[in-house]
Amino acid sequence: MDLLEYQGKQLLARNGVPVPDGAPADTVDDAVAAAEQLGYPVVVKAQVLIGGRGKAGGIKLAANREEVREHAEAILGMDIRGHTVAELWVERASEIASELYASIVFDRSARAPLALLSTRGGMDIEEVADEDPSAIARLHVDPLLGFQDFHGRRLCFEAGVDADVVRPIGALLGKLYDTFIAEDAMLIEVNPLIVTPERDVTALDAKVTLDPNALFRHPDNAALRNPSAEDPQERMAKERGLTYVKLGGDIGILGNGAGLVMSTLDVVAQAGGSPANFLDAGGGSKADAIVAAVEVILSDANVRAVLFNIFGGITRGDEVARGLIEAFDVVRPTVPFVVRLDGTNDEEGRRLLAEAALPNVHIESTMLGAAARVVELAAADVAGTSSAASGAPA
Amino acid sequence: MSILVGPETRLVVAGLTGREGSFHALNNRRYGTDVVGGVTPGKGGQDVEGIPVFDTVREAVQATQANTAMIFVPPRFAADSILEADDAGVELVICITEGIPAHDMLRVYTHLHRGSTRLIGPNCPGVLSPEKANVGIIPAAFFSAGNVGVVSRSGTLTYQVGNELAQRDFGNSSIVGIGGDPIVGSSFIDIISLYEADPETELIVMCGEIGGDEEERTADFIAANVTKPVVGYIAGFTAPPGKTMGHAGAIVSGSQGTAAAKAEALEARGVRVARTPTEVAEIAAGILAAA
Repeated sequence: MDLLEYQGKQLLARNGVPVPDGAPADTVDDAVAAAEQLGYPVVVKAQVLIGGRGKAGGIKLAANREEVREHAEAILGMDIRGHTVAELWVERASEIASELYASIVFDRSARAPLALLSTRGGMDIEEVADEDPSAIARLHVDPLLGFQDFHGRRLCFEAGVDADVVRPIGALLGKLYDTFIAEDAMLIEVNPLIVTPERDVTALDAKVTLDPNALFRHPDNAALRNPSAEDPQERMAKERGLTYVKLGGDIGILGNGAGLVMSTLDVVAQAGGSPANFLDAGGGSKADAIVAAVEVILSDANVRAVLFNIFGGITRGDEVARGLIEAFDVVRPTVPFVVRLDGTNDEEGRRLLAEAALPNVHIESTMLGAAARVVELAAADVAGTSSAASGAPA
Repeated sequence: MSILVGPETRLVVAGLTGREGSFHALNNRRYGTDVVGGVTPGKGGQDVEGIPVFDTVREAVQATQANTAMIFVPPRFAADSILEADDAGVELVICITEGIPAHDMLRVYTHLHRGSTRLIGPNCPGVLSPEKANVGIIPAAFFSAGNVGVVSRSGTLTYQVGNELAQRDFGNSSIVGIGGDPIVGSSFIDIISLYEADPETELIVMCGEIGGDEEERTADFIAANVTKPVVGYIAGFTAPPGKTMGHAGAIVSGSQGTAAAKAEALEARGVRVARTPTEVAEIAAGILAAA
């Protein structure tokens, strides 16, 4: 779960990391009111979950009320690389003597938190890593020991931080680590971390990713959703407890188990098709989950055919069949369905489907056969909406 | 032979009195697994169809000499339950639970790694040694004993691949689901090492998926240490970056963790990588027929 900059900063602030004063605003008037409260100059910053805001004109300095109004009007509603700006963060402008980069990353490969520090802040850190890897100091922290003072000193000296700010920057790194642990974060990135002319250190930006599996421990964070960034189908699926990812093609996919669904997407793509979605109906999928899944898949208007690929373990084939029969009753789909059903109670499931004789439902016995069939049906639908089910193109 | 579970397994089930826990524990017992006890705090002294329930894992181990624990408790309590099983001295912990916070698993992993207790999972279907023992939720009816060892990050994909193998009359020495979370107790390398040492296993199938760099590291390990043929499969070629594909660990971050990079790394180290689950069985059949 990715947080907006200001959500990340609020999280840092409550864990003792210095951040500039600011306020969120979703209207021009609110932005002006926030600026008046904070005092000028202020920075008006677009709040979207994508980088490159500055280059796109989404971050502007304002010296007075009129400039805040002008910038807020320009930025609200702006499109930044496909993300529409619905919210602003108005922040008291900071004076910058130097910029650094600092982060704590959940390094799954090393099975330990990784702390990074570089004096080349304000730049894309991946570029720095490519050009000059030695410019980034890094160390892994023992998760059972935690971040020690010497970790902070080591990072500072290895990164070449000015001697007079080693102590405050080391302390700030410790606070970033505290935040990482306290909030169950997968990533905390501050770029830039600034040193002011008065030699104070402040987090001028914040990129925070939280572990969705730990939100039960953090009700405040669980409420920090950013629904404007979510796809409507993905939101609908989440509300129904389904795991759905939109992919943009025209073949709806339902399967059970993440690995098998991923494999199904690949096999459909190999057969020349374009999957519309990933949908894992989960282990032990009951009929009502199948109905909900069909509703979510078909709410995507691009879907021209649907593939069910089920290998039942806990999931029972007869339950899937009942769900599909019920879904046809509730949703009345107009696109063809291809069903491949194997595993627990598969014969019973296929028998139920045969008896129900649902319109335009095709049973296939293998995964590859099912993929080929659904690709053919989706293409036929594109080729001849008027000539109906005749001739699939080659 | 087989690996991890077999006739020597004496299983204690944490969360035995829960709906899922009892259903699968009884299924496992029906298959022939020696299920010696269960643990639910506060329900010590009860039983589930003759399986005695204890308040703590320590008590259960003392009373039953259990050597393996299966964890079936909800995600917020699961890390604690794994640590309790380790503390009670079992050799092997198999954690089925999905949705455990990543930081919990970081601490559990680090602690277990300093001792000798082996953890499989979490977020895994368990381990099946066909015709010997089943610990977890793998539908055993689809598998028979044989010479192909399977290790996978995914449950249902494993069933699919196993079924394709079965249709060509191959059985399995064991089937191990290592789990789809970012931090799991045992890696591909850990399990492939066991198969390499297992005399019954003649061919190893590994099913990977997007996310992390386990498959890449495994490729190097295989090249240096494995003499048996390995057939690979990677799911998630069509997965877009930045999206979690069902499993918490299945995510492409930037250019890291893509299926293409994993398949390439394996092929560069001499592992045949199948493009579909069906092709896994075809390649395996070809290799074993030539042997």
